[in-house]
Amino acid sequence: MSAARLTIDINGHALEVAEGISVAAAIAILGLPFRRSVGGQWRAPLCGMGVCFECRVRIDGLAQQRACMTIVRAGMQVCTDD
Amino acid sequence: MNSYDLIIVGAGIVGTACADYASEQGLRVAIVEPGTIGGGATAAAMGHLVAMDDDPAELALAHYSLQLWEAFTGVPQLEYSRCGTLWVAANEREYALIPTKIARLAAASIKAELIERERLYQLEPALAAGLAGGMLVAREAVIYPPAAARHFLDRALARGTVLHRSHATAINHTGLQLADHSLLSGPVLVATGCALPQLLPQLPMRARKGHLVITDRYPNLVHHQLLELGYADSAHGDADSSVAFNIQPRPTGQILIGSSREYGSTAADVSMATVTRMLQRCFRYLPALRQLQAVRIWTGFRPVSADGLPYLGRVPGQAEVWVAAGHEGLGVSTSLGSARLVIDQLLGRATAIDARPYDPARIAA
Repeated sequence: MSAARLTIDINGHALEVAEGISVAAAIAILGLPFRRSVGGQWRAPLCGMGVCFECRVRIDGLAQQRACMTIVRAGMQVCTDD
Repeated sequence: MNSYDLIIVGAGIVGTACADYASEQGLRVAIVEPGTIGGGATAAAMGHLVAMDDDPAELALAHYSLQLWEAFTGVPQLEYSRCGTLWVAANEREYALIPTKIARLAAASIKAELIERERLYQLEPALAAGLAGGMLVAREAVIYPPAAARHFLDRALARGTVLHRSHATAINHTGLQLADHSLLSGPVLVATGCALPQLLPQLPMRARKGHLVITDRYPNLVHHQLLELGYADSAHGDADSSVAFNIQPRPTGQILIGSSREYGSTAADVSMATVTRMLQRCFRYLPALRQLQAVRIWTGFRPVSADGLPYLGRVPGQAEVWVAAGHEGLGVSTSLGSARLVIDQLLGRATAIDARPYDPARIAA
């Protein structure tokens, strides 16, 4: 048995993923870096449970969304580094 | 050895502004502060440099002070940002009051302009639909207040001012007694805000609690300090509790969300009931706030004098004791003018604006 698939957009790449996974998991599948801090350092998910805020990305135009706490939706636009 | 031309108690924005100006005028200054520099109301404040037009004396002091702030626009650590103040009219009744406000500000040499509805949404597209218009005071700005206090203190220290890290316990006939048992001799200037009654019980002071929320970074959502025109009703009314829409874009892209006012609460705890009420008020004007991530909520206490105007001048009946305290929510805006008003009087000079409305004798006499 396999989960239904849907397509999201991450930094301009169309990606087909399983329904029900987090945006953080989708970004990991694509192998893209997450985001840079204000000081220019790379950041990536640390806790995976909404506490550390290291996985923040822009989702459908709204910045500072926690990728680990957001479930993918069909057509979602994700930007990891803006 | 422990003798000074002036002993300032309190290193908030007002005390440090006094130390800066007094030392610049050649006085040998001591400043007494056991806690963080600018760590009280100064650190809790929004840092909006603003003139309120509803009291002529307050307006004169604000205008005088805002001119003095212009000397600090290039100091990086102050994070000076001339975002301007955009007052928002929720309805035609508020919009109709704007020309009177513009005339009052113009009389104090402050330029403000009427913003029609269409232009309001050009300036701030994120504002809720259905607002009537606004008033723009383009020269007003925001700063980071505790960094300003630190900067003023550093300037004073560079001129030989001495910082005493102790509590002031009492004023006596020769000067100031400290908790570490040292005695400083010389004229004393008390700038301790809400703590004023500890040293000067004859000058009433109430603490008016406020809440602020700061968001994560959302650059360009808003561009001006935004306030509802009904703000003065909240700020200068005497209600036990009130909230008003007051939003500030920080230079970091963060958004500072206020404001609340409460008498009778002396605990610094965050009241979620008050925060909820404040946010609901702000969502009405700026619905996009609902989606944003807040990173911190804090409280602070505004020092409110008996009549809402600061006490600036000589304490009646005490020849060598001076006061600069009680600025409520305008202490950052009016700190520089307040310092000059007090120190110029201490030096026996004419003041740049009429000092009489602030004379503590109006209350303690």
